[in-house]
Amino acid sequence: MVCHIPFFFRNSYDSDNTTFSPQGKLFQVEYALEAVKQGSAAIGLRSKNHAVLLTLKRSTGELATYQKKLIRIDDHVGVAIAGLTSDARVLSNFMRQQAMRSRMTFGRAIPVGRIVQSIADRAQTNTQEYGRRPYGVGFLVIGQDETGPHLYEFSPSGTAFEYYAHSIGARSQSAKTYLEKNFESFEDAPLAELINHGLSALHDTLQQDKSLSLHNTSIAIIGPPDAEIENLAQSAAAKRGNFRVWENEGVEELLKAWRRSRGEPEDGPQEEQPAAQPSAEQAQSAEGSENAPAGAPAGGEDVTMEEQ
Amino acid sequence: MWKQPSPANSSFNEFNTFPLPQTQRGQSSHAHHGPVGHTQQPLVTGTSVLGLKYEGGVMIAADNLASYGSLARFRDIQRLHPLGKHTLLGVAGDMSDFQWLKKELDALLREEDALALTDSHPSLSPKNIYELLSNLFYARRSKMNPVWNAVLVGGWDKVKQESFLAYVDLLGTTYTAPTLATGFGAHLAQPLLREAYEAKAGIDGNGPLLTKEEAEKVLEDCMKVLFYRDARSLNKYQIATITSEGVSISDSKSADTYWKFAEGLRGYGAQTQ
Repeated sequence: MVCHIPFFFRNSYDSDNTTFSPQGKLFQVEYALEAVKQGSAAIGLRSKNHAVLLTLKRSTGELATYQKKLIRIDDHVGVAIAGLTSDARVLSNFMRQQAMRSRMTFGRAIPVGRIVQSIADRAQTNTQEYGRRPYGVGFLVIGQDETGPHLYEFSPSGTAFEYYAHSIGARSQSAKTYLEKNFESFEDAPLAELINHGLSALHDTLQQDKSLSLHNTSIAIIGPPDAEIENLAQSAAAKRGNFRVWENEGVEELLKAWRRSRGEPEDGPQEEQPAAQPSAEQAQSAEGSENAPAGAPAGGEDVTMEEQ
Repeated sequence: MWKQPSPANSSFNEFNTFPLPQTQRGQSSHAHHGPVGHTQQPLVTGTSVLGLKYEGGVMIAADNLASYGSLARFRDIQRLHPLGKHTLLGVAGDMSDFQWLKKELDALLREEDALALTDSHPSLSPKNIYELLSNLFYARRSKMNPVWNAVLVGGWDKVKQESFLAYVDLLGTTYTAPTLATGFGAHLAQPLLREAYEAKAGIDGNGPLLTKEEAEKVLEDCMKVLFYRDARSLNKYQIATITSEGVSISDSKSADTYWKFAEGLRGYGAQTQ
């Protein structure tokens, strides 16, 4: 007798995260890794003196702000997230507790590898205990301790690996390709150069018609400050070499320096505001003349982008 | 210094750790687990520990006696305990609490070593261990269950490249100085240690420190004075040195003493004339 399986039971091994499929997979874990890929890209790089994170922020709509993807854990540790923001909040709170606990009991900043291992251990538990689900978020963790700057990747499968450079999230393979081509120069790179490499990698994760702007780009740095590219008056953390985030107006100079290094116009492709204005005017004038073709607004936007 | 063991039925507590725990009948939690026992007084005790910073490191001295009240009960006890490569504890007070402390700290350092296998991060510094101890002692006294010791932590700070010496006791009291002593030593030896230290380094400690030989000489003098005047001490002691090279603990040694004058003493013990 042939047993009829309804089509929506694609896979009988995916509803229980603790049961292996005959192919040796834990499907819930694989799906969790997919959740990380749904999140927008995050990139991390490390030199012998610095570790940096670069993230592409998304906004959920016209009326929403761009979602923050960089979280400070302690003076010496910070993370970039890709995946479920709420899971990230749970894990980053736990990391903050661990960091504070170390400072209170030993008067010591927690070693970076250990704080990452502590969340990896939690994530592993979720893959082995019945009735739980894996975290749907991946981290890139930067930090510095007595052994220098570090970059780690944490993934919901319960692993924590250290990297020279790494990327996670949507279209992160493109960034990885860039990083793999260039990572050998990172070790001795000055901060400005490291950030430029990071921005170039981040740029590669963008869709064809998008570009990096002060709205969607945020950068976190750990390590000695560089007054040439950082506004030290604005950040005590930067002065001390602690974890600091540059975003919005704060990231503008870094973006300009990056565009100059690529021989591009310093102000970048004028999409957002300048692009919106002319197209709005066009639309208005078109309305005024009452002969706007149906495809005009979309076509118009594309054209203004191409022009600049 | 650590007083006599008081009788089991004594209701007066000289250390003022009031209220005394009482077995309460009919309380279910107690019925299952028995009454909670807290240390009310030390039993087997060690006396003074001395500490002194010198050129290139720090020295800590303690004798080998663990007394049971006024009885010199155990005469071969080491009260100096190394923790990792660059830290050493010198412990006075209750010896069973000291043994517990050793067990806990050794376990912690073992765990640290295991973690260091994967990330090569340096182990806990003397400062880190001292911070932990002061938190532990204060937390325990706040639970009315003190760890009945006074501890000197000596060490070498690898980052700052300087010696470390600090005190913490059963009340969670902490302080640090270039010369330190616990118990009777704080009265009898500390003035001698300071005198020797300040003779070279000055009151502000800016001058040169004692050499290794000078420091050892001062400590030996102090241990001798303590043996003469502290009835809970023993003329058999060890000196530990902690430098950038690590910890080394000497074999037990004794000071040359002179008792001839005792013949002329009157007024103590049985005398016929």
